[in-house]
Amino acid sequence: MPVYNNNAAAQGKKGSDVHKGAGAKVPKASIKKKDEEALDVAEGADERTNVKANMKPANQVQLTEAELKEEITRVLTANNPHAPQNIVRYSFKERSYKSTSVVDHLAVHFVLEGSLLHKDSEEARRLRIRDGLCKEPAPTENKAESEEDHAETPATPVEDRGEGEEAGEEERPDSAASRPDKKQAKITNQFNFSERASQSHNNPSRDRSCQTEPPQRVTFSATANQWEIYDAYLEELQKQEKSKEKQKTTLLKKDDKSKKKMTQVETQGDDLTKVRMVSKIMERMVIQNIMDDIAQDFKYYEDPSDEYRDPEGTLLPLWTFHYDQVRNLSVTALSWNNKYQDLFAVGLGSYDFSKQEGGMLLLYTLKNPAFPEYIYSTDSGVLCLDIHPQHSHLVAVGLYDGCVAVYNLKKKPHPVYKSTAKTGKHTDPVWQVRWQNDDLDNNHIFYSVSSDSRVVSWTLVKNELIFTDIIRLSVNGGVSDGPDGAQLSNISRGTSFDFHKQIDYLFLVGTEEGKIHKCSKTYSSQFLETYDAHSMPVDAVKWNHFHPDIFISCSSDWTVKIWDHTVKTPLFIYDLGTAVGDVAWSPYSSTVLAAVTTDRKVHVFDLNINKHEPLCQQPVVAKKKTKLTHIEFNPIHPIIIVGDDRGDVTSLKLSPNLRKKPKSKKGQEQPKGSEAEVAKMDKLLSLLKEPELSTV
Amino acid sequence: MADVDETLKRIESHKGVIGTILVNGDGIPVRTTLDNSTTSQYARLLRSFTALASSAVRDVDPQNDLTFVRIRSKKHEIMVAPENNNLLIVIQNPCE
Repeated sequence: MPVYNNNAAAQGKKGSDVHKGAGAKVPKASIKKKDEEALDVAEGADERTNVKANMKPANQVQLTEAELKEEITRVLTANNPHAPQNIVRYSFKERSYKSTSVVDHLAVHFVLEGSLLHKDSEEARRLRIRDGLCKEPAPTENKAESEEDHAETPATPVEDRGEGEEAGEEERPDSAASRPDKKQAKITNQFNFSERASQSHNNPSRDRSCQTEPPQRVTFSATANQWEIYDAYLEELQKQEKSKEKQKTTLLKKDDKSKKKMTQVETQGDDLTKVRMVSKIMERMVIQNIMDDIAQDFKYYEDPSDEYRDPEGTLLPLWTFHYDQVRNLSVTALSWNNKYQDLFAVGLGSYDFSKQEGGMLLLYTLKNPAFPEYIYSTDSGVLCLDIHPQHSHLVAVGLYDGCVAVYNLKKKPHPVYKSTAKTGKHTDPVWQVRWQNDDLDNNHIFYSVSSDSRVVSWTLVKNELIFTDIIRLSVNGGVSDGPDGAQLSNISRGTSFDFHKQIDYLFLVGTEEGKIHKCSKTYSSQFLETYDAHSMPVDAVKWNHFHPDIFISCSSDWTVKIWDHTVKTPLFIYDLGTAVGDVAWSPYSSTVLAAVTTDRKVHVFDLNINKHEPLCQQPVVAKKKTKLTHIEFNPIHPIIIVGDDRGDVTSLKLSPNLRKKPKSKKGQEQPKGSEAEVAKMDKLLSLLKEPELSTV
Repeated sequence: MADVDETLKRIESHKGVIGTILVNGDGIPVRTTLDNSTTSQYARLLRSFTALASSAVRDVDPQNDLTFVRIRSKKHEIMVAPENNNLLIVIQNPCE
């Protein structure tokens, strides 16, 4: 309190009612007021209790007498010293803070709320009415009141929140209806109103979760390409077709079952069967890599030295086809396939009468020189073969034991057809077979010639070979008397034959006696013509590919002769020095021919260039003792294949000089193909005939 | 089947062939003449390569299809022939 006084003194004018009480102590405090130290308050209080002793504290301010006697006026005002004097309010009107001077100077020290009601107020009136009612039925009232209390207390807490007294009043008239006029609505007040609340026990919440294994995720990606779309369409198409077929063939249930079995078996096949085709391709590629230079030569090499060696040519050796298991056999037949011009067939057997072992039929392709494509072995040596010109999967084979057989390269059981003793097989080796055109019933036919002097035609009817004797070769056409009076038919043994390229019924047969007979299919006992060709068996007789009149024959009497079938004497005779194994016309020129001899040489002639000398005479096999047995020209490539008696086939490329075509004069049109060849030949012949005429 | 086996043996024995791998439809090498790690590596890499090559060929003309792929590198030549998801891989050193 002395502190407050000090404050009042500092202000000079203000005080408070409270300080009136303190005013009694002013005189004492006036001494103290001079003390400015706050710490003296406590000491001052202590001094007051001690009383009477006027002690000067040590740090009392020393004042002069004049200052001590100075009178200081003190004023008591009714201002509240606690009231704030610096209230500042924001005035929106003036938009600035303004200090308000109006301050409430009322200080409230104590508040007590009473329970007195004015007698005319509503509350009081209500209470009076209630009291008036309550006065009459005193004891029952209490009960009713207590009942009402019970009724109210659950009601009031419920209604207290929203509705308050009004709801309570409404209920009360309802409850009061049972006791009419006696009860008044109970008013909730702070004495008999209680809010009761209770909280039920909250169950503790617990998290429960269950996690299943997520479904496996697989990344899926696809591309939509042109070919995928195409494949999808194809599948759709196939499905549609299958459903159509099923509709059509509902009756043939058995077939369906068998088809199902077939497909099952196929899928069970081993992995290796699936790569059959691929392994073939791969082998060919591998070999092509190894023999790359040969392949390049085959395709592109043209001997440049031919320009300097005109008119001679050379043969460039390409691949050698060798199969290990045929070492003892010699090549007895060669034939190119017309359809697949890189495929050729090799027949292997033995010419030696005493050494007869089995034989083989091999088919090679130029694309794979290392291994034959097809391998068939036969009981007896193969002596001749022919591939059907149109159906190139049919191969006719003539064997040493006189049988003929037909192999179908596409079908499994081999051979497809075979002649037996019952079905007219030859009694002697079959030297030549040739396919002919199909007969009227579209059955395939081939002819064979054998030393038993028969020329037989075989027809393939379903599963059988039906033979027909075409002609019996005989000398002089008659029967001569033998020593014992027995009749010997002078048969001549056929060793080779060839059919005319254009005239279907005309064919030539070469015999062991060295004669060549011109025959017709329709005349079975008579020859149209006989030529005294050679002194030894005729090994080969071949019609010219282009010119219809010319044919060639060769024999072991070292000669090659060229004939015109209208003339009984040969047009050209070539003496080659050793036995000639085979001779062949070239398919690209009517005047080029090639012959092989037993001294392993190949002789190539071009009559257009040099009528007397071969253009090329070249040994083609390494080992000296090998004899060349057969030769064939490739239909389209400038290659010849030569077979020898060791079972090997050598392929050679003809140099450009050997394949010359006649030069056309400027301004003249170059006539194409066979016409040119025929014309060429005719020119030759005319040249021949002129000197003949002149000599004659 | 035996002739296929023979053909594969012949390929393996040809001059210059370093190795042969036959991979089946699932990408697993079925038959090989090289060691395991090299085989699996070649199989894996060449499978995707061949698929890409085949896709390229067929994308241009869906009726066409890939028959053979040859990769010539400095050291040797890798040849791959696909068929029905199977692959025949031959690594050869063409003699020069």
